[in-house]
Amino acid sequence: MAKNPQYGLLIDYEYCTGCYACRVACCQEYGHEAGSSGMQVIEQVQPLPKGKAYLCFLPFPTELCVLCAPRTKKGLQPACVQHCMANVIQWGPLEELSKQLGKKPRMVLWSPR
Amino acid sequence: MSKSGSNIVRTTTWSAGPGCHGGCGVLAHIKDGKLVKIEGDPDHPWNQGRLCARALAMTQYVENPDRLRKPLRRVGERGEGKWEEISWDEAFDLIEARMKKIRQEQGPESVVFSMGTGRDIGPWICMLAYAFGSPNVMFALSGNACYSPRIAAIDAVQGDFCVFDAGQWLEKRYDDPRYKVPECMIIWGYNIPATCPDNLFGHWIIDLMKKGTKIIAIDPRLSFFASRAKHWLQVRPGADAALAMGFLRVVLDETLYDRSWVKRWTNGPHLIREDTGTLLRESDIDATGSETNYLAWDRQKEAPVIWDTGAVAYSESKADCALSGRFEIRLADGSIIQCNTVWDGLQTQVAAYPLEEVEKITGVPAEDIQAAARLYANSKPASIHWGVPIDMTPGISPLCHAIATLWAITGNLDVPGGNVFTRPAFNAVAYALPGAEGVIKLKDQAQDKPRIGADRYGPFNRFVWRTQTDLTLEQIFSEKPYPIKGLWIQTCNLLGNIGLDPKRWREALQKLDFIVAVDLFPNATTQYADVVLPAATFLEKDGVRSWWVPLQSINKALSVEDCKPDVEINFELARRFDPDFKWRTVHELYDEIIKPSGMSYKQLQEKVWALAPEGHPSVPYHRHEKGLLRPDGKPGFTTPTGLFELYSTLREEWRLDPLPHHEEPPWTPVSRPDLAKEYPLILSTGRRSPVYFHSEHRQIPWLRSIDPDPVVEIHPETAEQHDIGDGEWVWVENWMGRARFKAKVTLVVPTWMVMATHAWWYPEKKGAEPELYGTWEHNINMLLPMGDQGKDGLGAPIKHNLCRIYKAGYQEQ
Repeated sequence: MAKNPQYGLLIDYEYCTGCYACRVACCQEYGHEAGSSGMQVIEQVQPLPKGKAYLCFLPFPTELCVLCAPRTKKGLQPACVQHCMANVIQWGPLEELSKQLGKKPRMVLWSPR
Repeated sequence: MSKSGSNIVRTTTWSAGPGCHGGCGVLAHIKDGKLVKIEGDPDHPWNQGRLCARALAMTQYVENPDRLRKPLRRVGERGEGKWEEISWDEAFDLIEARMKKIRQEQGPESVVFSMGTGRDIGPWICMLAYAFGSPNVMFALSGNACYSPRIAAIDAVQGDFCVFDAGQWLEKRYDDPRYKVPECMIIWGYNIPATCPDNLFGHWIIDLMKKGTKIIAIDPRLSFFASRAKHWLQVRPGADAALAMGFLRVVLDETLYDRSWVKRWTNGPHLIREDTGTLLRESDIDATGSETNYLAWDRQKEAPVIWDTGAVAYSESKADCALSGRFEIRLADGSIIQCNTVWDGLQTQVAAYPLEEVEKITGVPAEDIQAAARLYANSKPASIHWGVPIDMTPGISPLCHAIATLWAITGNLDVPGGNVFTRPAFNAVAYALPGAEGVIKLKDQAQDKPRIGADRYGPFNRFVWRTQTDLTLEQIFSEKPYPIKGLWIQTCNLLGNIGLDPKRWREALQKLDFIVAVDLFPNATTQYADVVLPAATFLEKDGVRSWWVPLQSINKALSVEDCKPDVEINFELARRFDPDFKWRTVHELYDEIIKPSGMSYKQLQEKVWALAPEGHPSVPYHRHEKGLLRPDGKPGFTTPTGLFELYSTLREEWRLDPLPHHEEPPWTPVSRPDLAKEYPLILSTGRRSPVYFHSEHRQIPWLRSIDPDPVVEIHPETAEQHDIGDGEWVWVENWMGRARFKAKVTLVVPTWMVMATHAWWYPEKKGAEPELYGTWEHNINMLLPMGDQGKDGLGAPIKHNLCRIYKAGYQEQ
């Protein structure tokens, strides 16, 4: 475990479409077996007043997420970040990413390691 | 290849593999001839480095242990699952002999060539069929209900098809100064997990939403878009045309249309005879006049003026044509008749749809329709993207006409950010598609004569060059006007996926003398073939893609045992069937297909993709104004009149209602209240999975773990009424049959509808009958009929049927 977590993933979950590219990109990168991945996606249907509801997908890094250190060292984006079909995942130093929070709603900053 | 035996191949996705309609640029990492990784190409303008779950799972696909790797010959009964491996030479010899025998005894049209969705099969299956001499290429879905109905319906009234503009013709895309982000987009029956239908990249819409595009979602399900829409119109499946008429009602009543555009570019001013209800022609008023010239009323001279179709202009250049009014016309025989304008005819047709009435038909509140129509019509630009549910109802053509009228009269046609005419890149056309003749064609018109359905349905002689599918199935049984003896099935799972009423299709297969199936994995359909041939993924072949943009090459990265690309299989047999077969090599054929681009195939392979320059007829914008659409270079459209036809002259010729309207389809609670008593829920099918392409990918572990079982979505209240809990197995049943699904109790469906996923089978179960990989337990198509195609042969009730649900027994849980 890193003593000083420095990097994280900023996710704009307003636009996550639940395409699962992140999960499978991670499986391919690290050879995880089916069912396991460094990224998982939760589907949530939240009932709202007046009989309405909101369908939301939330990608989150699991215990297997290594923030793609082997890729980022080579100057590449993490596998999930590059392949996200909706372009909703950003990787970077937590401090920089945190500045983007509040600029628009429905964002979450993960600090997995 | 580098010293380590590793290399990276830049190529293009299409078909087998991700299964999709293609277009993504990818980098295939190859080591010692094996795929070790695949990534999106960050420098490709289409996907810009992104890639879907199915493409990212290619390493598990290419080397999958279930894959067909050798040609197989059936040694048991059909469906018994007994096979022997044979060599390619043996397979080709056997197929050649059997098919030539049928050709000799029954004629070439006695072999039907069956394909699935519009992928990298169409040109090559046509090449084979035409070399054999048969015009009978079949897209095996009832009512040919995927894309070609939409294209045919749109081409009929505006000449060229159009798609939403995401800057796909421009290398810099959204950053190109010529491009405009739409203020509003209607997403009509399309859900994002399908990702890339119709040769578009679905997530472009997400890019646009982030840039401010507001969404109007039309969908009975609470989709991604419905959740994020400014207006969500929860339409009853099958009632879309009524909704479109409601939109038109608002646009006309509130004058939200571009009147000068309507006058200049549509046949709105043309006159309809009150006595016959048909268009007034020059030949009506002058016995020597043309039947294809029409009349309008010139306000300048208060006299009729001729629309000269050949000149694509009114005979009086200064004519000020009336859009409205009732006019007295003297016919050639001296009699006097009354005429109204097409525009007034449209008004009358639309007036039959007051919003309260539309609300009753569609279930969408009148005020929501009004608000959505206002938002769309007042947004400049605005665009519409629609999904395959539009095709999946028999009244598809008048529905498309209504929607096309909407984008045309609001000034959103061929403008940046609107709905933009689209043609194959560089006009490079491989095979006959609506409005375009390809390099691959029948030798002469006479060969096309026996094509099934061509004698019955107008669009099948103008736009759709396949057989009419429902009639084809019928003909296998009736043998009239001639018998069908052979079937070539290529990457098309008739029994497990595309065939409605699959038990009827099984009966049809049993009746045939000879069946070949070409596929990548054994499936329900290959079990019924006499010879099974192992096909290749996109990574194992050279290919070419021009549908729509950019022009792309597929570059071969590797080989897998004896698997062969579809094109090579068909090429070899085409040479054997046709002594005059034109090409010596596949690359020679590709050279000819992409000739309009000015490149050789080798040059294209180096580039991988190419966009045509501005000013090319295949590139936007405003082409009807610039005269870029028509071969004669005159401003206008490639319709019979040269105008956008608010009143369709072709539909008049085909004796169908020439104006947009709603037709209540079969098998709805409205058309069949009697059945609805026993089967009270609307059954809708076919919602997409993010990890599957129709029946494909169930063998891919990374993908299967995400979506492991057939699912039926049921609203919590409906589930409670039926004592069904989330995750329990349930039967979905109607008068045709039943299929078993896992209940997903969810608010995404309304109480009155269930959504059953389609094309389900279990590759891990026994392939031989009676199990047939679980097809007869889980295929929802067992509840959907063949033979309910639309009046023009297009469209079929696939998105709307009726059913009841009940919990499966203890042992079935």
